[in-house]
Amino acid sequence: MNDDLADGEWHRLHPATPLLRGGIALIAILGIIIANLRERVVEIFFGGGSYEGDPIDLLLERGLVPLALVVVAVALLIFIAGFYLSWRMHTFRITDELVEVRSGILFRTHRKARLDRIQGINIVRPFFARLFGAARLEITGAGSDANVQLSYLSGVRADALRRDILNLASGTRERERAERAAPAETAGESAPGLVGQRVSELIAPELEPGLAEPSSVVTMNPGRLIASTVLSTTTFFFVVIVVGGIIAATVSREFFVLFGAVPLLFGLGSFLVNRIVKSLRYSIAGTPDGVRVGYGLLSTSNETLPPGRIHSISISQQLPWRPFDWWEVKVNRAGKSSAQGAAGQQNTTILPVGTRAEVFRVLELVLPGLVDVEGDVGSEGGSEAVRRVIEAGLEKATPGDGFTNSPRRAAVLRWFSWRRNGFALRPDAVILRRGAIWRELVVVPAARMQSVAVHQGPLERALRLANVQAHTVAGPISARLGALDAEDASRFFRDLAETAIAAASADSSHRWRSGEAGA
Amino acid sequence: MTDDAPSQQAPAPDPQVAPERLDPIPGEWKRVSSKYVVVDLIGTLISGAIMTIASGLPWYFFQVPWLLVFPIVFGVMMVVLAAFTPRRVRAIGYRLRDDDLLFRRGIMFQRFVAVPYGRMQLVDINRGPLARAVGLSELKLVTAAAASNVTIPGLPEQEADDLRDRLVALAESRRAGL
Repeated sequence: MNDDLADGEWHRLHPATPLLRGGIALIAILGIIIANLRERVVEIFFGGGSYEGDPIDLLLERGLVPLALVVVAVALLIFIAGFYLSWRMHTFRITDELVEVRSGILFRTHRKARLDRIQGINIVRPFFARLFGAARLEITGAGSDANVQLSYLSGVRADALRRDILNLASGTRERERAERAAPAETAGESAPGLVGQRVSELIAPELEPGLAEPSSVVTMNPGRLIASTVLSTTTFFFVVIVVGGIIAATVSREFFVLFGAVPLLFGLGSFLVNRIVKSLRYSIAGTPDGVRVGYGLLSTSNETLPPGRIHSISISQQLPWRPFDWWEVKVNRAGKSSAQGAAGQQNTTILPVGTRAEVFRVLELVLPGLVDVEGDVGSEGGSEAVRRVIEAGLEKATPGDGFTNSPRRAAVLRWFSWRRNGFALRPDAVILRRGAIWRELVVVPAARMQSVAVHQGPLERALRLANVQAHTVAGPISARLGALDAEDASRFFRDLAETAIAAASADSSHRWRSGEAGA
Repeated sequence: MTDDAPSQQAPAPDPQVAPERLDPIPGEWKRVSSKYVVVDLIGTLISGAIMTIASGLPWYFFQVPWLLVFPIVFGVMMVVLAAFTPRRVRAIGYRLRDDDLLFRRGIMFQRFVAVPYGRMQLVDINRGPLARAVGLSELKLVTAAAASNVTIPGLPEQEADDLRDRLVALAESRRAGL
């Protein structure tokens, strides 16, 4: 079989695809039938009463058993033929500009997606598919239902295909496949036999060593993950509710009040377990074609986000995390992958919990060129300054930290946080600092802003305040900063509008490597 | 009610003056057609009447005097909204700058938006039955962010079509990714 899937020819998916996609449905149907007939099964083994009205009784009585068997056989045949045909008809091809997928038997679908519009490529390996060494490749585009799914491919080929697609999309126009595919091949061969290969794949580390520079890798520390989950606000509220319930029960002597907490307990338990299990093997690393975020213990998933696909970033800290200096990093992105992210949340959380050093490493990955620590030759002054501003943004407000804060009269609207509530505008990013108890810092790359707005309601007018918002694609983060001095807000709005235009016209991240390849 | 901000370091122009309106980018605004007042007024009256009647239904059925509060409140709100319609329509404005479109609306709740031309994903023109009767169109800009939400109502049909073509051309010349 030809191993080069991105050669512009039509290819088919993994031969086990029908089994993986339909097999689960088949097993489910069988399971339902067996569950419905369990009395009969029990009867066969132990004897006992008869079950009138059972469809099988009806068949036995009227002598329709052969007919029934024929019907079942034909249905099965149609089923299998349908799956086989749909596999035959499901083809894809990757050219220099496009990825195309043709599928469907009666209703044909032909989907083409431009490579320079790719928002991310996700490789998902559900547990069942992992047993077969298969993986689902999902190319996310902006908008709803804009994804191209290739399910399933063999695992090694999926990785190679992603590398090739990203390579083509990056605009280098140059295939470095030969040298880069080599390590993957040898890794596959080193495990003897098919079973050995599957086992080695299952126990292999989340992130293949050698894929990314070790200095750029952030992995999850299990102890911190568990501690941070236990120390979260969710747990805190749960404890409050339980303690309240116990007090209420002892005071009122109505002890069944406590049973109300049982469903809550289950809910919390599944939340905690889900979060911990999914994030346990979390890793984020910089690869030449973007950030690679991977997680999952049994079903694994890892997504590569090319540069310039992150529309805003929020770094937040719940109160219980403050003594440990732990932070959570979320992003807004245009593409929505169908797979769930780490911690069972939407895959907008790219760092479930991390120390400050790790946060900065993640920032370097998602905002390349903005917060480099080492500082490239060209941009060191600028990126150093941005890094200092972000560092200040995680702290209490101090004079001269680069932020323009709310005036004192904003305390009417921002009781605790008016001192911290502020913004800093850099040529390539906007940084908003919010919250005193739940600290949050929002960074919006200027090249990704869609529009900007300033609002003022009657209460704000009376206080001479206003609020400014940088509009980005939809996501968990809203880049809105309220209760600013009206003068500051006007100036901020003006500068923001100019920055957005300047940054957008200088941006070339849709073909992120077209410049450097010397093309 | 404002405490007289002694800690304020920014050289505010004159803090004693009555709270002034927001005007981040001073300049001439293009206003929408005054005929839009009629459209907006009729729309306000119809929706206001429906709200008033609907909120009066409990009173009508139960005949409890205090339930009359709801239709009265809604009725007064409708009258106030209707009375301010000309003022509200006059507050709607837009301006085409070199690289972006500025839009403003609202008197109680003021809102200014700047949309760079390169960020426009599409431009829509809608005509409702009322607006069509007086020859007006509504122009809607869509960007990748749902929050942008820029809708310029009350443009004369020809002007709306011209503006759309102009915006599309501008967007094409300054196209950027997402």
